[in-house]
Amino acid sequence: MRKVAITIGVAVAAIFLGSGCGSDDSGGSRTLKWYVFAEPSGAFQDAAENCTKEANGRYQIEIVDLPTNADQQRELVVRRLAAEDSDIDIIGMDVIWTAEFAEAEWIKEVTGAAREQAERGVLPGPLETAKYQGRLWAIPFTSNTQLLWYRKDLVKQVPETWDEMIEQAERLDTTIQVQAARYEGFVVWFNSLVASAGGEIVDDAGDPVLGAPAEQAAEVLKRFASSSVAPPAFTNNREDQARLGFEAGGSAFQVNYSFVYASAKTGAETNPAVKKIFDNMAWARWPSVDPGKKSRVTLGGINLGIGSYSENPELAEEAALCLAQSDNQVIASEKGGLAPTNAALYDDPRIKKAFPFAELLGESIAEGVPRPVTPAYSDISLAIQQTLHPPQDIDPQKTIADLKDNIETVSNGGLF
Amino acid sequence: MAAQTPATPAPVGRVGGRKRLTERARAERKLAYMLCAPAVLAMLVVTGYPIAYAVYLSTQRYDLRFPDDREFVGLSNYGEVLSSSTWWLDLTNTVIIMGFSVAIELVLGMVIALIMHRAIWGRGPVRASILIPYGIVTVVAAFAWRYAFDPTTGFVIGLGPISETWAPLAERAGSFFVIIMTEVWKTTPFMALLLLAGLALVPDELHEAAKVDGASAVQRFFRITLPLMKPAILVALLFRTLDAFRVFDTVFIQTAGANDTETVSILGYNQLINRVNLGLGSAVSVLIFACVIIIAVLFIKGLGASTAQQGDDQ
Repeated sequence: MRKVAITIGVAVAAIFLGSGCGSDDSGGSRTLKWYVFAEPSGAFQDAAENCTKEANGRYQIEIVDLPTNADQQRELVVRRLAAEDSDIDIIGMDVIWTAEFAEAEWIKEVTGAAREQAERGVLPGPLETAKYQGRLWAIPFTSNTQLLWYRKDLVKQVPETWDEMIEQAERLDTTIQVQAARYEGFVVWFNSLVASAGGEIVDDAGDPVLGAPAEQAAEVLKRFASSSVAPPAFTNNREDQARLGFEAGGSAFQVNYSFVYASAKTGAETNPAVKKIFDNMAWARWPSVDPGKKSRVTLGGINLGIGSYSENPELAEEAALCLAQSDNQVIASEKGGLAPTNAALYDDPRIKKAFPFAELLGESIAEGVPRPVTPAYSDISLAIQQTLHPPQDIDPQKTIADLKDNIETVSNGGLF
Repeated sequence: MAAQTPATPAPVGRVGGRKRLTERARAERKLAYMLCAPAVLAMLVVTGYPIAYAVYLSTQRYDLRFPDDREFVGLSNYGEVLSSSTWWLDLTNTVIIMGFSVAIELVLGMVIALIMHRAIWGRGPVRASILIPYGIVTVVAAFAWRYAFDPTTGFVIGLGPISETWAPLAERAGSFFVIIMTEVWKTTPFMALLLLAGLALVPDELHEAAKVDGASAVQRFFRITLPLMKPAILVALLFRTLDAFRVFDTVFIQTAGANDTETVSILGYNQLINRVNLGLGSAVSVLIFACVIIIAVLFIKGLGASTAQQGDDQ
């Protein structure tokens, strides 16, 4: 018993001592902590090393891994920031966090020469995601958006709208892979549909708009969910289940991010069944809602924010600008399959090689739409998930009216 | 989990009755209080304080994102929660999961306890192997069951008479089925272990006497074993019910509350961790706490469960 107590005592002491020593080494070189999701290819690590080298000993960047799931990333970062954690220097911020973090003053505004540098040559869509109330709060780094992936051996004419796609899939007796689990990806789908129908979920003041375009979007969700083209268990599917479903060969269509191309390519090297799919894999713009009106697709990606409680905010800003520069964006594309935010890069041969669909991707991103820019975004996202899920139970007019009430309730800190 | 909290020092003072304690009894009682004091103090610090703080937070408008807007709002957070349809739906879901899983666990647990009790050879290995599911991390178990019932990766779908297109986790009844089965699989061993302790209390002589009088095995089980085990069964039920009411991980992993399977714990989590709305979240937590107390009181006062002196109250 006594032995156990002593062991525990020593262990506890070691933890305290260990953490005490690690935190500040106030020599010439400062360590900046970059909190960002664990990127499996090592592209972020390369960028961090490049900038550390470039800094010539003035700072070094150390990556702190966050979970890959966006909701969990936010939970972790928010908890630290709410506790005024000075350990966070640079944050790899999901594009939906900007307004919330800015309003809570958890990140530093990017101003002056840094702002000019951060905004130079950036595609309009991704730049919008780093702004809140006309001010710049983060440095655009990577972007992403969904495309329509289809099988050219099955699909003769590429559908332009969701209605066309559903009809065609019904005729082909196949399914369409989507993300419809009750999570952020479902909100992405709804947001793209509302924007494509020409509407918006909330206005600049954060009040719900919705209206006819949202009802149209809900109509599409309902029609899809009640049709035979919805894969079994699609209301549990996230990005990866959709990818697997498409690679398994049961679906002629899939809406998903560009990682599915790289994934099928890798799979094709070892698996002949996947090779057959990959050889016939083609891409098109995400389907629109109204014929003749181009779709507007939700933007993803990460921006680099500077933590308000950082002990070295100027250095952190400099380091973030370095991380976001073109060369590092190219590495992120080539290695990690993350699309650049810099417009000129879409003509770069390296990017064209990484993304054979670079032109379409660049165009979709440039015309992409952010998700609601409001500090209450996470509350609104939860409200959308809870009100619209499961999609087969949607009654367009009533559900959208409910959604409007629910968004108002949660925006005021309530519970519906 | 301390199933049977060791009974407080034998009640010596009882001899003197309530009115007058002997000198010795008073001294012993004083010593008992002093011996308990460190434990009580520790409990106050690690449980009393957080509970009091949660109650305090629940009377505040307090969103971590807007700390400046913090103000005292009395009971309005409770009003908000209790007037929301989400809370009542979640409470219903929680009670469904709790009711079904505890009922199934009780029956299965009893069967397993009888097997463990009667095992002639290899008692150790039998007991150990039955306990394995309880030793598996809930999140891992939840994933295993989720994948087993997934139409693309699961082995269950398409097995025998089960339709190949059945997607249990995409519908409400199916989701409840998988969640409850996971809970049952995972915690039946715990139930069995508690019941086994109760079985051990039933003296063999009673069984033998009944056998001599010509009672059948079924009669002996219902007339002797069950009544004598009642205190142990109630304690087992109490522990499992309280545990099941707070179910979180299984549901979070398998549906994350989709298809109307959200439980009150997930509601609290969403308010506290996702929305960082400490006021509303604390109100939900305090309400969960209140439900837990109600369940415990119902068991102890209503059904006569006793957590301390088992078996010697009649």
